[in-house]
Amino acid sequence: MSATATPPRNSPPANEVQMADDVRMLLTGNHAVSYGAMRARPQVVPIYPITPQTPIAEKISDLQLAGDFDVDLMTAESEHSAMSACITASLTGVRVFTATASQGLMLMHEMLHYASGARAPIVMVNVNRTIGSPWGFWPDQTDSLAQRDTGWIQYYTENGQESLDTVIQAFKVAEEVLLPAMVIHEAFYISHALEPVTVPSQERVDAYLPPFDPPHKLDTEIGESWGNVVNQDMFYRHRKDLGAAMDRVLEASVRADAEYKDTMGRGYGILEKYRTEDADLLIVAFGAMVGTARVAVDMLRAAGKAVGLLKIKLFRPFPIDAVRAAVAGVPRLVVMERNFSPGGGGVLHQELKAALYGMPDPPAVHGYLAGVGGVNVSPKKMVELAEKALTDEPVPGSVWQR
Amino acid sequence: MYTYELDEEKVFNSGHNACPGCGEALAVRYVLNTMGPKTIGVVPPSCIAIICGPQPYSSMRIPVYQTTLEASAASAAGISRALKRQGKYDVNVLAMAGDGGTYDIGFQALSGAAERNEDMVYVCLDNEGYMNTGAQKSSSTPYLAVTSSTPGGKPSDKKDIAEIMAAHRIPYVATATVGYPDDLARKVAKARDMEGMRFIVVLTPCLDGWGVADDGAVRVSRLAVDTGFFPLYEVEDGERYTINHGPKGIPVERYLEQQKRYRHLDEEQVKEIQAGVDHRWRLLQARVEVAEGHAKAGPRTTNRMRGECT
Repeated sequence: MSATATPPRNSPPANEVQMADDVRMLLTGNHAVSYGAMRARPQVVPIYPITPQTPIAEKISDLQLAGDFDVDLMTAESEHSAMSACITASLTGVRVFTATASQGLMLMHEMLHYASGARAPIVMVNVNRTIGSPWGFWPDQTDSLAQRDTGWIQYYTENGQESLDTVIQAFKVAEEVLLPAMVIHEAFYISHALEPVTVPSQERVDAYLPPFDPPHKLDTEIGESWGNVVNQDMFYRHRKDLGAAMDRVLEASVRADAEYKDTMGRGYGILEKYRTEDADLLIVAFGAMVGTARVAVDMLRAAGKAVGLLKIKLFRPFPIDAVRAAVAGVPRLVVMERNFSPGGGGVLHQELKAALYGMPDPPAVHGYLAGVGGVNVSPKKMVELAEKALTDEPVPGSVWQR
Repeated sequence: MYTYELDEEKVFNSGHNACPGCGEALAVRYVLNTMGPKTIGVVPPSCIAIICGPQPYSSMRIPVYQTTLEASAASAAGISRALKRQGKYDVNVLAMAGDGGTYDIGFQALSGAAERNEDMVYVCLDNEGYMNTGAQKSSSTPYLAVTSSTPGGKPSDKKDIAEIMAAHRIPYVATATVGYPDDLARKVAKARDMEGMRFIVVLTPCLDGWGVADDGAVRVSRLAVDTGFFPLYEVEDGERYTINHGPKGIPVERYLEQQKRYRHLDEEQVKEIQAGVDHRWRLLQARVEVAEGHAKAGPRTTNRMRGECT
């Protein structure tokens, strides 16, 4: 199907990615994702363009035209149809990748539930962008956080290299537990920022990620069907099974990351503690703000303040035990996040408080709504906010900070 | 008496969940048994989903993926593409959706799939309303028909889905109905053996929704054709028209009077419907003439690469 009768026109020059070794390239976060997807060898990519995801789709199209990426690229007429086709292609037994953002993710919402219910291990990148109304194109995590109950695994990354590596890892985990996985990075700060990125060799990725061969699939020789009406008892058991699969993601993610580190030399864990020794305060963050927080922590440490960073990478399932262990003995936490759930506050703030409830000697938790709508949160601003959190009394709700 | 013989392979089984006398179950039988066992089905919420049967039962001897109401064509496309990536070129993909899932909420996905010439047979089992949810109107409900959401009669016309699909210039579009089973089975077989997007709209009387006698589905279905209300025809590549069965000089009133949904009509309204039927029949004949004229003028200039879906 992907072969055309005539040779491709306007082919880019022979690509440097057909190499046997890892190669260092200057890539945007989005292009890093495209290379990561290519290395994972998905066979079908149904996709629909939306700012700021488009460079992912465009690069995949270029790589396909150049002959580097052997994939059936389905240019769907909507994100809803793209996700609908992702699900059935996956259930028919092929590896599937897609990407979207913002309104596109909103339009997919129904099918996101369908994908996890059908146990289709699709991997999708979402580029965090504000949701209308009003229109905006700015980094904001509310789009993906609004999908936290859809049964998708969610990884939040802090740079293009991590996005590339996490796409490959996500296939490993998703196909083991048979759940779809979302790899999430933020608009522009990550999606369009150029950084040196290592693209692992095809050989290494193939050694890490075997071909997808699911035990159940839509196949006339097997005869299994999907999605029939079930009774209450069957639905109960189905949801329980889905929950059990989600529980297995914690261990599977740790293992997939460790194996990746052995093969590629890079690993991230499901969360990361940065300069947390003897800390009076930890900044808790996920996504692009993690990179800024590292600089802020260095500045604070240099000024003699015992402040560290807790990066949350795996958000669904929420790693409750790992988070509790990471914050044990720390007197204070301050969540700084770029999202807002009206009537609830910061989503990570809520999740964190719920995770720590009932913990012996829990830390006090500040929730700062910093960077909502994409406003810049500089290292200097973070230092200022951390100093505030060291002295202010925490309040139950999230607090707007600008 | 009209007799017919079908060469069918039993894919659709007895013991399904359709109402006794259901026109749609009859259509499903002809469609599935003609498509054969090397078929993967896609079904959205609809009467067809009920006919499929609840877990763990299935009335269909093929794998069936039940999708969401608006996604049939996109879901079928995903299967079709994945099959080809696995080298399985001999497996048919069959979407069977109702008129709500085709004319209304599923139309965007259907139009997109047609534009991309996705490789599937898409059968719309058209009972002219949301019959599974209690007979609400769809954009397929005919002018003046009573439904539970248009209790005074529908004020707008039925959408002409066959012409809309023909305008996508897909390889095959056909209209069919259960009252002409040999014509229906022939069209399904023809579609099955082609490549790319094939679309068949099958008029399937709904006993309850239309207010038809338990033994009336086939009779009403034949009258729909014989009065010219629903002519049977085929369109290949959007331009080669063939009319199979048209009006036989029977007034449309004979069709309407069989159905409770038209019981409220006065004489003027029946005349208005007759005028509409006559007008549409003339338009269809004109399209055939235009198409024949074009054919004489020279080879067609469709840009599509047949069988290519990329």
